[in-house]
Amino acid sequence: MAAVTADQTAQAGADRPEGADGALEAAFDAAVAADERIEPRDWMPDAYRASLVRQMAQHAHSEIIGMQPEANWISRAPSLRRKAILMAKVQDEAGHGLYLYSAAETLGTGREELLDKLHAGRQRYSSIFNYPTLTWADVGAIGWLVDGAAITNQVPLCRCSYGPYARAMVRICKEESFHQRQGYELLLTLSKGTPAQHEMAQDAVNRWWWPSLMMFGPPDDASAHSAQSMTWKIKRHSNDELRQRFVDICVPQAEALGLTLPDPDLRWNEERGQHDFGAIDWKEFQEVLKGNGPCNEQRLTQRRRAHEEGAWVRDAAVAYAEKHTATHTAARNGEATA
Amino acid sequence: MSSSTEWPLWEVFVRSRRGLSHTHAGSLHAPDAEMALRNARDLYTRRSEGVSIWVVPSAQVTASSPDEKDSFFEPAGDKPYRHPTFYEIPEGVKHL
Repeated sequence: MAAVTADQTAQAGADRPEGADGALEAAFDAAVAADERIEPRDWMPDAYRASLVRQMAQHAHSEIIGMQPEANWISRAPSLRRKAILMAKVQDEAGHGLYLYSAAETLGTGREELLDKLHAGRQRYSSIFNYPTLTWADVGAIGWLVDGAAITNQVPLCRCSYGPYARAMVRICKEESFHQRQGYELLLTLSKGTPAQHEMAQDAVNRWWWPSLMMFGPPDDASAHSAQSMTWKIKRHSNDELRQRFVDICVPQAEALGLTLPDPDLRWNEERGQHDFGAIDWKEFQEVLKGNGPCNEQRLTQRRRAHEEGAWVRDAAVAYAEKHTATHTAARNGEATA
Repeated sequence: MSSSTEWPLWEVFVRSRRGLSHTHAGSLHAPDAEMALRNARDLYTRRSEGVSIWVVPSAQVTASSPDEKDSFFEPAGDKPYRHPTFYEIPEGVKHL
């Protein structure tokens, strides 16, 4: 047994002996089939590693880009209570990004590399964050619908085959519950308020409903990565399955809010035991993915600017740490020679 | 570390099975990392308690100070709104 330090664990996959790939791959397949978790030092197929990096990076990027639309309203929150809640939520999103970046780093991809790719537009984030937050009610609609869709997606990820990703998701899902409930409570307050407030809540739901359904990704027959991800048990349910689950959960929740969902085709299907719903505008989804959504440019520009403007803070922290280490070393040497 | 000839102390973390994170099991003395790993295996996983072990030199662990416990963790103390139970949801509404 060779002693390796924990931060070298990610490279362990490269240690595999020549010609033993078949046996290693069989062991990997068996572990996945038996519903065991793959851990960083285990051998894994290159494509599995690459697929995880792609998905976890996109997930992490979504968390930190997702801070922007909501942060837009912090300074204009209608009360101190709402402001404190919104700050806590945006802070959580930053935290979720950090959990996911560190989980991605266990696969041997550095954080700077991931950020560089985001800034260069070479890795994606969820298309939902390319829509603007036009009114205060949008903060509620995001909490209820966007975080609700995220939870529907993320709960099965807690059983994902890659250990560090699954563990990060457990942490995140626990925290998401507050996000969704504060949004729902906010919308309920507006919905029961003045006619103008009610209308504002309804307008926000009208704008966020369809983009939220798109968060589950393209239909199963058009999803590029789905089948392989399901075989590897990175994904546990198909996009359409999760989308249906989300619709069925939302319908009674909307009724309790006293708000309607903007879909004339939405109705209970007795035979299926599920709701039928209208066709999603996948052209719009593709356009937003291509970079032509209402806020794509703004989100990336802001992200790059935040990164550049934060450079002096990172430099200062390193300079301080170096100075501190030098002082300590000098003090210790002084003691030794005294 | 003093200049004594005693072997350094290592903290031992054991992953009990795949899918769970390594958790602290205890510590032991060993002359180097490799011996620490072997000793940890013999000391902490004699009954197959683990599938993976980490050892970390105890001197490398930076810990928060017990004296500062209150002020250090105080910022989270007055933020009940970080918990889902802070929010009132009408009775009967499910999946929230």
